[in-house]
Amino acid sequence: MNYLAPTSVEEATSLLAEQPGAVVFAGATDVIPQIRAGRPQPDTMVDLKKIDRLVGVAGNDQGWTIGAATPTARLTGNDELTAEFPGLSEAAGLIGSDQIQSRSSLGGNLCNASPAADSVPAMIVNGMRAVIASADGTRTIPVADVVTGPGSTSLADGEFIVEFELDRAPANTADAYLRIIPRTEMDIAIVGAGARITLDEAGNCAAATIALGAVAPTAVRVTDAEAALTGKPINDETLAAVVAAASAACNPIDDKRGTIAYRRQVAGVLAKRAVKAAAERAAATNGSNNGKSSNSPDLSNGAQ
Amino acid sequence: MSRTHLTCTINGDEVEFLTEADTSLLNALRDDVGLTGVKEGCGTGDCGACSIMLDGQLTNSCLVFAPEAQNADITTVEGLAESDVLHPLQQTFLEGAALQCGICTPGFLVAAKALLDNNPSPTETEVRYALAGNLCRCTGYDKIVRSVLDAAAAMNGASS
Repeated sequence: MNYLAPTSVEEATSLLAEQPGAVVFAGATDVIPQIRAGRPQPDTMVDLKKIDRLVGVAGNDQGWTIGAATPTARLTGNDELTAEFPGLSEAAGLIGSDQIQSRSSLGGNLCNASPAADSVPAMIVNGMRAVIASADGTRTIPVADVVTGPGSTSLADGEFIVEFELDRAPANTADAYLRIIPRTEMDIAIVGAGARITLDEAGNCAAATIALGAVAPTAVRVTDAEAALTGKPINDETLAAVVAAASAACNPIDDKRGTIAYRRQVAGVLAKRAVKAAAERAAATNGSNNGKSSNSPDLSNGAQ
Repeated sequence: MSRTHLTCTINGDEVEFLTEADTSLLNALRDDVGLTGVKEGCGTGDCGACSIMLDGQLTNSCLVFAPEAQNADITTVEGLAESDVLHPLQQTFLEGAALQCGICTPGFLVAAKALLDNNPSPTETEVRYALAGNLCRCTGYDKIVRSVLDAAAAMNGASS
């Protein structure tokens, strides 16, 4: 095996153009276990995390740029990002142990294309975009358009994600991510639910985005649930519509972690809880676009 | 196939060695450098027995390709003691009988030191979360957690 560690995006794209079949990686927390489990070892592995642009978190007036290979520990450790997007930070922080957090990344979690990837619903509800590089230049697409099925993405051979773009949250807006796993820590989601809620001055829902993980071949937006909330108060009636829409949006599988029926039911419950958590946080922002996570429910234990 | 020449700092010493590009850093440390304190449990990043500090970050060395460590600063369990003086964690693990078979112990010690370096006075809950990436199949964790808390208390007592 050849190990290559380019130090610029241009060097990486030309390397990949010259070597079809080369596999890019960041933290390698998925690819090494996959090779050990029998995935053919590529002739060439390209380590992307020595490229400065792929590692780091930077905010400005427009929003945030998050390098695709940035260790997730640096997202949860960024107090400003975590205050503005507590759900994104929660989701990133649920990926594995501290040992994994020093290596796992949003780019890797997305491109590994597991239906259960925790960060993906959280990225989707926040409208994040992926900047993709190849020898032909760069293109920018919604995160929601990257994964096409279990283990597959829309990226062509020779392409890789450089960074993610995240717009500033509007006023009175917050997000949340919840998951349920078979035990309290260190497992893979049976269901994950991300929600982002914007409240109007009367406390009604002005805008909602909701996405589910682990209940379909890819993460799914639940547009029926979003429509049921938008322009309405968040109450038992609208939340019941969220539950029904979330369960209906599922196309799950039976596996050792949960059955189809269980996933459908839990998806509704978790979507409702995520909406409520995001709305409580949005109410606590008092009109700023900085979510006050200290006023938010303690969600560190997932859906317990 | 030509071997890869690596230079890095391990436990404070500059070390040069030859290894294969597809070797894990875990196997390179054990087989090419001779540091057998680092253990393989699962080989897939679940158990933490191979925990090391890699450029200041707690990392599973089984999930690192050896060439990634070029010019890196690495600490293994062998770097915890200062000559004949055990690290307080090693001392409290001994006194608290926080090990039985010992395979997981180096990883627990490195992970616990990473915790105490960042948080010198953790709560029991914080210790349990910080060590969630380390599995032990013998002790049931209570003695390990207590020994980490005892080490924190000893280190805080010594520094005040």
